[in-house]
Amino acid sequence: MIAELGLAVLWMAAALAVLQLVTGGLALRPEGRALAGLVRPVAVMQGVLVLAAFAALVTLFVTTDLSVKLVVDNSHSAKPLIFKIAGTWGNHEGSMLMWVTIMAVAGAFVAVIERRLDEPTLMATLAGQAFISLGFYAFLLFASNPFARLAQPADEGQGLNPLLQDVGLAFHPPTLYVGYVGLSIAFSFAIGALVTRNVGPAFARAMRPWVLGAWIFLTLGITAGSYWAYYTLGWGGWWFWDPVENASLMPWLAATALLHSVSVLSSRDALRAWTVMLGVIAFSMSMVGTFLVRSGILTSVHAFAVDPRRGAFILALLAIDIGGALALFTLRAGTVTEGKRFAFVSREGALVFNNVMLSGILGIVLIGTLYPLVTEAYGVKVSVGAPYFNPASAMFAFPMFAVMAVGPLLRWRQDRLTGDRTRRVSWPVLVCAVIAVAVFAGVEIVASGIGLLPALGLALASGLFPAALLPLVGRNLRRTPLPVWGMVIAHAGIAVSLFGMSSESAFSVERLAAMAVGETREVGPWRVQLAGIMPVAGPNWTALEASVSTRYAGGMPALLSPRAETFSNPPGTRNESALETRWNGQLYVVLGEAAADGRWQMRFWWKPFAPLIWLGGVLVGLGGLLALAGRVLADLKRWVARDKIAWRRMRQGR
Amino acid sequence: MNRSNLALWLPLAIFAGLFALFVGRLLHPGDTVVASAFVGNPLPQFDLPAANVGRPGLSTAAFRTGRPKLLNVFASWCVPCAAEAPQLEALARAGVEVDGVAIHDQADDLARFLAANGNPYAAIGRDDARKVQLAIGSSGVPETYVIDGRGVIRYQHIGDIRPEDVPMLLDRVKAAGGGS
Repeated sequence: MIAELGLAVLWMAAALAVLQLVTGGLALRPEGRALAGLVRPVAVMQGVLVLAAFAALVTLFVTTDLSVKLVVDNSHSAKPLIFKIAGTWGNHEGSMLMWVTIMAVAGAFVAVIERRLDEPTLMATLAGQAFISLGFYAFLLFASNPFARLAQPADEGQGLNPLLQDVGLAFHPPTLYVGYVGLSIAFSFAIGALVTRNVGPAFARAMRPWVLGAWIFLTLGITAGSYWAYYTLGWGGWWFWDPVENASLMPWLAATALLHSVSVLSSRDALRAWTVMLGVIAFSMSMVGTFLVRSGILTSVHAFAVDPRRGAFILALLAIDIGGALALFTLRAGTVTEGKRFAFVSREGALVFNNVMLSGILGIVLIGTLYPLVTEAYGVKVSVGAPYFNPASAMFAFPMFAVMAVGPLLRWRQDRLTGDRTRRVSWPVLVCAVIAVAVFAGVEIVASGIGLLPALGLALASGLFPAALLPLVGRNLRRTPLPVWGMVIAHAGIAVSLFGMSSESAFSVERLAAMAVGETREVGPWRVQLAGIMPVAGPNWTALEASVSTRYAGGMPALLSPRAETFSNPPGTRNESALETRWNGQLYVVLGEAAADGRWQMRFWWKPFAPLIWLGGVLVGLGGLLALAGRVLADLKRWVARDKIAWRRMRQGR
Repeated sequence: MNRSNLALWLPLAIFAGLFALFVGRLLHPGDTVVASAFVGNPLPQFDLPAANVGRPGLSTAAFRTGRPKLLNVFASWCVPCAAEAPQLEALARAGVEVDGVAIHDQADDLARFLAANGNPYAAIGRDDARKVQLAIGSSGVPETYVIDGRGVIRYQHIGDIRPEDVPMLLDRVKAAGGGS
């Protein structure tokens, strides 16, 4: 019953999306003006209905309805509740339903709250959003119905991939999805503005909170995903340049560039065509990423999501949506004037530099990800890894970080770094540069064996952190606007994360040991002892659990329990690491296989300051959140004030 | 049409190129069986140093023992190499000697990779300059060669070894052994 209801509601939502597209399109013409009043309510209703369909699917998973094919394939009655819920989107059909749900709910929000944008652009935006959604509705209803029943109910479900049974991972895909799909709103705004040729500050201000919101989710999603890969894969690494990781990194890079160019457009009315272009690219990268993950045309550790037939469907959507948007851009961008001019040394100049560098990194990642595909077309198989990605992306990232230290201090339009500006800008930046050079020299003297990139990273991070705080100097901190706080914290977060990455790669200590119970080893400043090995069992897995006694430089001992888990439904294994975190780093312990002589393969890493990698990522997300809160609060205040004025006028009969 | 208008076509052109690439790959999914010009040739002369992971280095002489072997070209930074590791283990367990050539690698990265994915290799040679890799006609990682007991290349497998490839490779090794 619930499954049929869910499917029916999904069809109705799709029908409303058609209505939204048609009325939104017609409302752009003079003779269709009367229809304009219909578009917003339809968008809201579509959001409500698809949300109901999603709730129906969650209900089916929570109750483990074994007559529904999707539940049988991906769930199991013995699974903990949280993973039953996560099972809803831990598969192709469910994740696509989640995708349209987020799109429709975001569209409904735009319809309810967006009042700044001129009416025609908003109509075109909502029509654009409905158009993109329709592709995904078609995909769901014709090619991947999540509500399909089995002719004969199954006795028991087939479980969920053991790698996915992890709390961190349960909420990793939805976080990224909100980010990906949130960018669809920016995409629709860009289309709307191209259709009405109305690219200006109002458009940028309407688009900015959506870009910020999506970007926050992407930042946190990538950070969480990296940490998940770090502690569950048991490989001791935190970023593998895997195609799927790159698929999430590319939209983030584009969204980061968009975030900065949108602020130029909204404050200074410059970079019009460029901002629209980035709006199109950011969501396009999300779609290309989804395609690469789903079609299986690239070899990846995420191979569980692969299906070539679905790849063809997504590719068709890709062609229609991205191809259409880019064609529109090509035809219209020539008529979008470039906006106000600015000097090279100015806030805009620094932001343009940031945009160019971010685009450079995006290009590097895109080429590295797709290069194996290109060569395969000629019968040559290659694998591109860190030896290419690290130096190539650093080539763009490091100059960008250097400019990032100065950019926020510069004035809009034009700045000169002489006279009275020397004290405010030049000297403090020079001090930060001296710190960076001193750290570089120190690192080269103390630990001369480490690579150039980690040494440069440590130096840049040390200079960038104080420089990131400089915009707060000389301000009344209580009156400092939230967006400025947000920028400062996000930039500082980048420095923190860069420091963690560089330190991890420069100073990690690794020990591989075959240990008998009772044996002790040294790992950097740690002493580790294998105290015992015990079998343990959970609801759907059994495991060997080692208890490892660890002691940092003679301090208090701490007990760690790394596990080698074996899942029963479906069968699979996972080496879950155990971590001991201190302020200055992390000890990483993995239990491997038993050796023939009764000893155990153990792997230990001491990673100085590694947790800063993810702490920095969280800070960046927090900065985004503060900026978003600041913008939304300012908007609310403005609306309240405007409503008050309108109400007074009405009362006074004017 | 002036120059700036031409530049506007660039994004669309790039996307069209990507689209063509994707369509091509979807229609012709990766074919891992490529007839190699090097099959039938003897291995070139080489003597690679050990990669310092508790395994000896690798030289041409090691392939003239009268027994067929597998030569696996891999790298610790290559994700498909990690994916094929269980299959290499299975081949090693089946009694086939597997020798490795590590491409552009570092000793500690390599140790980490072997610790995480298992170490089926009897010997691992370091090929930092990709000299041997090029000399045996391998263009990427991973690739696996069947070498007969006289050091002649009998088969070249391009790309990762999938579980379904294991019996085929065992047959090839057996055939190489019988022919020498």
